[in-house]
Amino acid sequence: MNIRRKTLYLTALVVATAGFLLGALGPAVQASPSTTLTGAGATFPYPIYSKWFDMYHQKTGIEINYQSIGSGGGIQQVKAGTVDFGASDAALSDARLKEMPRRVLHFPTVAGAVVMAYNLPSVKQPLHLTSDVIAGIYMGQITTWNDKRVAAANPGVALPAAPILPVHRSDGSGTTNIFTTYLSAVSGPWKELVGANTSVSWPVGIGGKGNEGVSGLVRQTQGSIGYIELAYAKQNRLPVAHVRNRSGSFVEPTLASTTAAAEGASSFLAKDVRTPIVNSPAPTAYPICGLTFLLVYQDQKDPGKGHALASFIDWAIHDGQDVAASLDYARLPEAVVKVNEGTLRKLTVAGKRLLADR
Amino acid sequence: MKAARITADGLYRAALGGAAALVFVVVALIVFEAARGAGLSIRTFGFGFLTSTAWDPVSEKFGALPYIYGTVVSSALALILAVPLGIGSAVYLAEIAPRRVGAVVSFVIELLAAIPSIVYGVWGFFVLAPWLRTAIEPWLISHLGFLPLFRGYPFGIGMLNAAIVLSIMVLPTIVSISREVLLATPRSLREAALALGATPAEAIGVALDAARPGILGAVILALGRALGETMAVTMVIGNTNRISASLLDPAATMASIIANEFTEATTPLYISSLIEIALVLFAITIVVNGAARVLVYWATGGRRTAAALA
Repeated sequence: MNIRRKTLYLTALVVATAGFLLGALGPAVQASPSTTLTGAGATFPYPIYSKWFDMYHQKTGIEINYQSIGSGGGIQQVKAGTVDFGASDAALSDARLKEMPRRVLHFPTVAGAVVMAYNLPSVKQPLHLTSDVIAGIYMGQITTWNDKRVAAANPGVALPAAPILPVHRSDGSGTTNIFTTYLSAVSGPWKELVGANTSVSWPVGIGGKGNEGVSGLVRQTQGSIGYIELAYAKQNRLPVAHVRNRSGSFVEPTLASTTAAAEGASSFLAKDVRTPIVNSPAPTAYPICGLTFLLVYQDQKDPGKGHALASFIDWAIHDGQDVAASLDYARLPEAVVKVNEGTLRKLTVAGKRLLADR
Repeated sequence: MKAARITADGLYRAALGGAAALVFVVVALIVFEAARGAGLSIRTFGFGFLTSTAWDPVSEKFGALPYIYGTVVSSALALILAVPLGIGSAVYLAEIAPRRVGAVVSFVIELLAAIPSIVYGVWGFFVLAPWLRTAIEPWLISHLGFLPLFRGYPFGIGMLNAAIVLSIMVLPTIVSISREVLLATPRSLREAALALGATPAEAIGVALDAARPGILGAVILALGRALGETMAVTMVIGNTNRISASLLDPAATMASIIANEFTEATTPLYISSLIEIALVLFAITIVVNGAARVLVYWATGGRRTAAALA
């Protein structure tokens, strides 16, 4: 009994000493490598974010945990204040921003394109599509491949008389948001009847879950067409359509033509970084593109975390951009990096600016 | 010594009682939380939620009817396919097959229950769907297309695919429980039947009759799994909120719409509507289970005593 009690005292003493030592060390450690940030949100940028977090951890020792639970969940968690940052493929609307307890800033990190993958074995050259044709197909007005509106965009191509099977995402996704934002921008009737969102009420077609579900259906079904992320189409070597952009040329979806779309929209982004970059006016831009965002409270509560977060974003929009292409994400154009630099300067902790001017 | 024993007994009882009570607490909490989460949607749409076919996140108009239809029809079809097959195999395994064969085959069937549902989904999507699209569905359309059930386009995925995948998923439940129940019926029943001049098939009929409550129980469990199955169905049902008489057309279920849209649902009313769907699914499960229990009671009333006497 006595021995046991002694051991107990000893253990308590050790614990107390350790706690005291840790407590004493605490303040000095705060902003240093042991800082851990947590984030949650979009799944689309998850591959590059996890690469960035890994690289940044090796560089600075700052650890960033990220849960790719979807943009909706990320926004909820930012609102609830359970994460240090959120990530979303869709910018927050004015109404959603107002619901937030404090001011939230948007940082675009990379751009992505949504491509039209199709299954027409008899058509060898890349299919050409216009905004009218894409909207017509997804509204059920164009139902066969040899429709004269499709043929007009593909002179000299023998299009089959097969029915068109439009495939869409069944799950809510940033990809659907980009695609429907594009259709709403180019087609009045689409905007009126369907609109833009992470999931919409589709007039026609069948739904596949995820990029893999849509591309699986497209690959299996002759005469089908579906929209998927550029990275996914590239990695799976699916035939993708060239889409006519605002200045009238048919553009192949590539990382360069995606970056060009963001570049072309940069004057709007400078005014409001949430402006969609679909149907960009740049002559070399691919028209169905979007940015993905980090969502951060303008006024940070914890100086250590705030500083770590600001320096991470600063790193990601500069050095981090160099690894984007290797993971099939389109890097930010210089003009958008400038916009981000301006936003970074707005970050504060207890009213004081977090980052010094460069 | 005696006092200690009483305390131990009491503890034991309290622990068991607590475990049983915990189940009720969990169910009550689920209902409470779901009802609370669905509050906004219930106040906004009222009963119209159950009869509306709209599901438009842009204009925030939500209705559950296509999903209720999809869940009920896909589960019913799955049972139509799985029950005869399942009871047939159970009878063979319990009554006809040599003991060793019965044990091996039922082991394999029970293995089916251990396969994750995502694997069934992948199989339905990559193996069953192309086969349905190129072989089965065109045949159905050309030969049975006069029925509204088999009209339309051979997508490969849709209600039929979902029902087939579900029927395979619920098969092990039906087979293994029915087999156990049949094995548990007294041998004397069959012997008595045979002694009275019944053919072997009629003797099996007598055993089946005695096993009926247990077999119905197996079917209820299978139905529960079919109603709630999410992942596999989401992958193969085509996910459209249109109600169609044709089994070849795509549809959607309550579980699949939640799985599809919950992660990216951003507005409060949207989330609330998805939670109300969960609440409706819960209610339907309770109603179906209750109805099935009543059915068992009604179908077997008095027979239990007959079996016991035999």
